[in-house]
Amino acid sequence: MICHDIVIIGGGPAGLAAAVAAKQSGVDDILLLERDAVLGGILNQCIHNGFGLHTFKEELTGPEYASRYIRMVQKLGIPFCTGSMVLSINKDKEVTVVSRREGLQVIRAKALILAMGCRERPRGALNLPGSRPAGIYTAGTAQRLMNIEGYLVGREAVILGSGDIGLIMARRMVLEGAKVKAVAELMPYSGGLKRNIVQCLDDYGIPLKLGHTVVDIEGRGRVEGVTLAAVGPDKKPIPGTEEHYGCDTLLLSCGLIPENELSKGMGLPINPATSGPMVNDRLETEAAGVFACGNVLHVHDLVDYVSEEAALAGEQAARYIQNAERPRKPSGRGPVTLRAKDGVRYTVPQSLDPGAMAERVTVRFRVADVYRGRSVCTYYDGELISRQKKRVMAPGEMEQVVLTRDSLLQRPGVKEITIRTEVET
Amino acid sequence: MNYDVVVIGGGAVGCAIARELSRYQCRTALLEKEEDVCSGTSKANSAIVHAGYDAETGSKKAAFNVKGSAMMGALSKELDFAFRQNGSMVLCFSEDELPALYALHKRGNANGVLGLKLLSAEEARKLEPNLAEGVKAALYAPTGGIVCPFGMTIALAENACRNGVEFFLNTEVTYIEKEKAGYVLTTSRGRWKAAYVVNAAGVYADTLHNMVSERKLHIIPKRGEYCLFDKEAKGHVRATVFQLPGAYGKGVLVTPTVHGNLLIGPTAVEQESREQTATTAAGLNEVCKKAGRSVRQLPFGQVITSFAGLRAHEEGGDFIIGEAEDAPGFFDAAGIESPGLSCAPAIGCYLADLVARKGNFEKKRDFEAERKGIVHAAALPAEERKKLIAKRPDYGAIVCRCEEISEGEIVDAIRRPIGARSLDGIKRRVRQGMGRCQGGFCTPRAMEILARETGVSMEELCKNRGGSNLIWG
Repeated sequence: MICHDIVIIGGGPAGLAAAVAAKQSGVDDILLLERDAVLGGILNQCIHNGFGLHTFKEELTGPEYASRYIRMVQKLGIPFCTGSMVLSINKDKEVTVVSRREGLQVIRAKALILAMGCRERPRGALNLPGSRPAGIYTAGTAQRLMNIEGYLVGREAVILGSGDIGLIMARRMVLEGAKVKAVAELMPYSGGLKRNIVQCLDDYGIPLKLGHTVVDIEGRGRVEGVTLAAVGPDKKPIPGTEEHYGCDTLLLSCGLIPENELSKGMGLPINPATSGPMVNDRLETEAAGVFACGNVLHVHDLVDYVSEEAALAGEQAARYIQNAERPRKPSGRGPVTLRAKDGVRYTVPQSLDPGAMAERVTVRFRVADVYRGRSVCTYYDGELISRQKKRVMAPGEMEQVVLTRDSLLQRPGVKEITIRTEVET
Repeated sequence: MNYDVVVIGGGAVGCAIARELSRYQCRTALLEKEEDVCSGTSKANSAIVHAGYDAETGSKKAAFNVKGSAMMGALSKELDFAFRQNGSMVLCFSEDELPALYALHKRGNANGVLGLKLLSAEEARKLEPNLAEGVKAALYAPTGGIVCPFGMTIALAENACRNGVEFFLNTEVTYIEKEKAGYVLTTSRGRWKAAYVVNAAGVYADTLHNMVSERKLHIIPKRGEYCLFDKEAKGHVRATVFQLPGAYGKGVLVTPTVHGNLLIGPTAVEQESREQTATTAAGLNEVCKKAGRSVRQLPFGQVITSFAGLRAHEEGGDFIIGEAEDAPGFFDAAGIESPGLSCAPAIGCYLADLVARKGNFEKKRDFEAERKGIVHAAALPAEERKKLIAKRPDYGAIVCRCEEISEGEIVDAIRRPIGARSLDGIKRRVRQGMGRCQGGFCTPRAMEILARETGVSMEELCKNRGGSNLIWG
């Protein structure tokens, strides 16, 4: 059986950054598996700019951002296989992969990095009523058809959902000569970044209808129109508020779902709030030597944070390989659990090991609603450790707190770390 | 164009008739108004093979159901489509309804359904641990089954085609005239002459029948809405779970599908339109609510799609099968609503036999009864799959990740006899785009392959019928 020290599943931004970091941390025997024909993942179709401000201190397009990492992978001589779809992984870290060239193979990995990314929520999962004509696309599918294949998906569009891809696609459609009649969002706030609302909707005069949803879709062959209605606090449409829009296209940008079918197949516990595997401060899942990073772990707002997180997963996977050769002494302290409370929807990681953790551990999270004038508070058991005042927090943007090893070593009895929002008084 | 027999309608029933007619030495054409077979009622239904206790004893529905259901196992092997006898259960929710359950048991026995058994709530729960609290008793039918309606219809069509039946798609019959020696059919694509006509036109069967007969039929389309769950919900129930028709209406079913999904539905709403298959918020809510009466903890968060189909309900309530009294040589298979899918093989045999006798057609010597379906590479043992990919590398290129469908399978779907010409056609043949992402990732790839294989430009590609273009250019 073919065997590698580290096998990375997914050659998008997470997989690429993990590969680079693992190699730079001293592991040579790495294999990167990508199902698409090229490396880069979804970045390849994100031809707008705004990527890399944190990582490279400059504004890049998606393909540019990806190509920087692809070049690093090539320069470091990290082997990769494209057109290779991983079908399953078993508990012994044996990866079954199929490709045109190699056929069906089983590859054994000493360490695994899961970087499969996420998928879009389809129409069916939203239970949108109406007919089922052509012209209903998830925003990402439309983005691929436009930016990679070079086709205009429609001439008059309504967009449901104000996730970032939907907002980006609203502008993209307009730039290609289509008309975007409205963006409807079920929630009373947008799920996307503020800057995208300004740059993609406001600048083009596209109305954002918060608290609205699609209640009917018409058309036999192609979409002919959709009906929007306002929703009440229960998210149910309010009769009498229906508005009809003639259009030939309905784009959906209603949420991303981490693609954890392989993780579930391995029996990894999944956090219901992130839909990603449970991980510790090393981004290691409950299976030793299996790490996760990027959108398969939790959906990110900026690719820069994906790269940062993935680099950590790469380093830790490398350390796992190296420690297997020179076993490390156990820290002697049990793991500390992280709890998300009071407006904090989740934390990544969900646990950490104070004895073995890095000097600083970044904990990322999202909030449950738009909050103004709240603070993010960190408690070690009952003790308030930090309080960060935030002017505004929104579910569309990730937040973070940094925990230090010192602060935990000073408090040896801590069992639980709680991160919560508190109203400023 | 001159034919001995023209079959109108490429649904399960029309294709079954065409397949049975292809045993005989007669020139047969099948006309279908859509771009593919299996595009009407046959594509959107419960995908159930009913045991046969539902229909009134002595009705055509009862007779054909029991016969058709008994044929299904052998036919599925002969034509290589997915069918499984998973058993079915009718639930009773109150003591008051028990007499109705007993009556159903009695009727089933009278209809000739084998192995029926009344179960206490405990016995039923032993078979189906997820049954809801309110279940008081159940009728169990071991012969109940589930089938892939696309797989079955396409298999019948392909086998008919293999045996000489000519298929004309995108061909809508607009007028039928009786002539001395048969019928002249005016269609959207020219005129056909036929000595005998078989009307299997689904929700339009009355329109066609009424063109040649004074004994008028009246079909009232009944729309039924469904929700389909992710394969993660597999095993939530093993049998098909029905509700005893009663105080809460006809009830809905909860069933596994042959592909491992979970399906709930349908509603039953009479409507004028024979085309409108939109779902409604009220309908989908009703389905979910009613299904929850039968089965507990349905994972509604895992619904991946919803759809609606039309049932061709004829006013008289029973199937109309046979030669029209005042139109010799014109044969009907009309009003084929539930349990039509279960009945289709038996209706096919019966009508083909009737037509053959009328036309004195002799049996062919070289009839090829067997048909092999499209290989699903992921279902093969590892060694066979390896060999297959070595021979045809495109079986190693996964296009649809959710259902694990390779480029090879999509190419096959297009290259088969009566191959797919639309995205929905591919989907029904090999399940590309039928999984949890509903084609989010694979649609552009499938479009490319379809364009390449058929030599049609991307702009001309359709989701299904003409006018359902996928892009603008």
